[in-house]
Parts: sequence; C-alpha cells; structure tokens
Amino acid sequence: MNDSPLKRTPLFDALLQAGGRMVDFHGWEMPVQFAGILAEHQAVRAACGVFDVSHMGQVFISGQEAHRFVEHVNCNRMSSDPGKGTYAHILAEDGGILDDAITFCLGPERFLAIVNAATADRDFAWFRKQAADFAVELDHASDRYGMLAVQGPAAPALVGELFPAALALPRFGIAELPWAGEMAFVMRTGYTGEDGFEVAASPAGTLAFWEALRAKGGPHGLVPCGLGSRDTLRLEAGYLLYGADADETRTPYEANCGWVVKLQKGDFIGREALIRRKEAGFKEKLTGVRLLARGVPRHGCAVFRDGRKVGELCSATFAPSLDAGIGVGYLAPEAWEAGTRVEVEIHGKKIAAETVRGPFRKNSV
Amino acid sequence: MYDEKNCRFAKSHEWAFAEGDVATVGISDYAQKEISDIVFVELPKAGAQVEQGKPCAVIESVKAAADFFAPVSGEVVAVNDAIVDNPALVNQSAHGEGWFFKIKMSKPAELEALMDFAAYQSTAAH
Repeated sequence: MNDSPLKRTPLFDALLQAGGRMVDFHGWEMPVQFAGILAEHQAVRAACGVFDVSHMGQVFISGQEAHRFVEHVNCNRMSSDPGKGTYAHILAEDGGILDDAITFCLGPERFLAIVNAATADRDFAWFRKQAADFAVELDHASDRYGMLAVQGPAAPALVGELFPAALALPRFGIAELPWAGEMAFVMRTGYTGEDGFEVAASPAGTLAFWEALRAKGGPHGLVPCGLGSRDTLRLEAGYLLYGADADETRTPYEANCGWVVKLQKGDFIGREALIRRKEAGFKEKLTGVRLLARGVPRHGCAVFRDGRKVGELCSATFAPSLDAGIGVGYLAPEAWEAGTRVEVEIHGKKIAAETVRGPFRKNSV
Repeated sequence: MYDEKNCRFAKSHEWAFAEGDVATVGISDYAQKEISDIVFVELPKAGAQVEQGKPCAVIESVKAAADFFAPVSGEVVAVNDAIVDNPALVNQSAHGEGWFFKIKMSKPAELEALMDFAAYQSTAAH
C-alpha cells in the first residue's frame, strides 16, 4: 500500500449515491458493484448497463506526422480514416507489451489514444521519449476527461435518445458530438462482448451524461455496473486485462493476440525483437480453460495435464452466462490445442477442465 | 422452526440452532449480504467430524472465497445438497432454505460461547 490518497472520478458522489461499493483499483476509488455482480452482468447481456471508466487515460497526438507516429508506437496497422479506431498493443523495444489501447483517427493530423488507467502516465512518458524524431504534439488529457461505457443490446436505443448520430457509428467508430454545451467523443466500443458505446467528455459533461442516462435508462433496463461485472463480462468475451493477462514480459504472440501484429506494415517499435522471438518460438501461450465440474477458479490456480503442471491462471472467475468456472493462463504447448483435458487445482483439489479457443461465448459484436 | 432471532451466532458469522443434541448451522443474513452473489458452496460429507472454530466448508462468491467455520463441534449428520445445486438459496434465505448442514453436537455446552441475536447484531454492525 502507498500512502497517497485514492483518486476519484467526477462521478464519485453519484456512484456512492447509486449504491456503489467502493474499492481501491490501481490507486482509484472505484465501485466493485452496485446491486450485485450477477444482476449487473445479466443486465448487460440482456438489456444494458453503465460503467464509470473515467479512470482510463486519454492522450491526444496531433501534428503533421501524427499518423506516422501512431504507426511507430503501435504494432497493428493503424487506421488513418477519420472516425475510425484501431485496437493495438504498444510495445517496448524487446517486443514486450507496455499497454493495449484503442487509437482513434479524428482527422488527418489528430489522433486520440484511450489507454489503461494504471499505465497512462507510463504510456505518456514513453510516447514523449519516442516523439523526439517526429513532428507531433502530445497532450495527456486524462484529467480533463471523464468517460462512461454504456453496454448491452439495449445500449443503442438508449444512447440514440441522447446522441441520435451515434446510431450511425460502425464498430470502433468515433464521432465528436455536441453535448451539454460542449463537445464529447462518442465511440462504438466496449469491453463486454456486447454492442455499446463509450463516451468521453469533460468532468461536468460526464456527470451530465450519467444523470441523463439514469433519467432515461429505466425503460431500457439500464443498471449501474461496477468493476466486478466488468471483469466477468470481459473474461467471457475473451478480452485481455492489462497487468493481469499481459505485461512487459509478454509479447502479443504469447498473449494470443498475434492478430494485432502486422510485421508487413513496416518499421515499428518492437518489430525486430518480435521477429527474433517468434523464430525462437514460445514456451507459453495465453490459453482459455473452462471447468467441467463445479468450482470457482482464481488468479494463481495451477493447471495440470496428465499430472504435470503446465501453467497457472492469471485471470479466472465464475462465468455467469456459462454457469461455469473459466480462466486464462500462460500454459505450456501440450495444453494449447482447444479441447485438451486438463485439471485446475482449487483449494488443494484438482477439478476437471478443458482448454478453449477464443471467447468463452459468442460475442454479439 | 428457527429464525435468526432464536439462533446462536459465532463472531465469524455462522449461526447454529439446536434441537436436542442436533444443531442446524448456516451463515448469517449479514454475512450473505457481505459475501454477495454466492455461486459455489462446498460442504463436508455426512459422517465428517467438525470442530468449533475450524474451517469445514467453503463459500465462493464471484469475487472471493470465504471459509465456513464450524460454530459447534460434532459429527455431520445431514447436509443441504440444495445449496450445492443452487448456491443462490444462501443469499435468498440464509436462515431458511439456505442452511448448510446439521451437526450431532459432541459438546453442547459450546453453544454458550456463541452470541444471541442481539449481541451478534451489535458486533456485526461494527
């Protein structure tokens, strides 16, 4: 524990008022749940939920060479079409993952990167270091923005009442739209496997959006959601949690995200190391595991195949939509093939499980 | 029939209700609220010996695991399989259908070391 006080989002009082049970999340005082993780999870799968994601970071990249810079610090081929975002990993020189982020093209010379809360300051320092040879300006705008995620099959109808233009957005699209006397960024993105939107606005604008959602959300089945359901939803959907499932010791290949690496696109930070490490081969890969019997796996549970330990789970939980325990872990090659029978050790007992490829359930997006 | 007002409580939030030398045990309503969304319960087997204050069952919510400490010592004579199949029963009815198991008490005097409802309420609130 450090002694610095926990940071609070612009919604802190509103979250408490809505019944949020607050916890320390990477130095932020955030709600782990409101009514309950199961109810919130099910609301997002069946109707819609709203999450405060104001702790996440915003970095603007602008200038003549903004796109070239964005290509340089990301391993994916980054869209230069205004209104489009691209998910990618930000790599160190050795190919290790510094962060995963979506970078949106706002215009020919202007980009917005949405980065993880715990890594926002480190990302910005890294970008600054890399920017020396580029005609770009960087703006760490995280303190000037709050952000809400509205997720679930009913999210378009609800968000459409407040931002009619949002309905025209494709997946990973972004639009700058008027809201509460200023401009807000409306993105068709999310971390749940459901359709939905994320809206970044000023602190006051974010609070106004929360209140408008709460006022109009009833008929759409909107419920406030915390970090607990955010985690069960994203794990079922097969999304990485940076810091738990990926960090600077892992490459995108090991994190089972080889699809975000575009070696053919030309030079980018980490490219040489990735080529070298890929040729050498990997000893572990992030692999999904689903229990075949009752039990709730947790971070740190050992995974066995034929009595031999093949790795440990880095994220694991009870999956409400599957009514089963699921997890992901860096496992040895003999467990990579989907359907491999393994065992997960929980409270000293080995529980039957099998490996799973891709999302644990079919995503709606 | 028992309800929370005539149960005896351990500091660790289990309750016991004695009829003769058999005590029905479970977790308090306060505990089920704190643990929230219970998704898995592992109970001892009938015939197992349990000891007051020692862990003998596991309760898992979506977020965390919690131990169940035996409120009294003795032999497990019946277990509530319904909560294994449907753990949400513990949240819905901690003092009713959500009971855990029954213990044939080897030391009935241990009940005296447990709190009555009023005393438990005043500690659980802190």
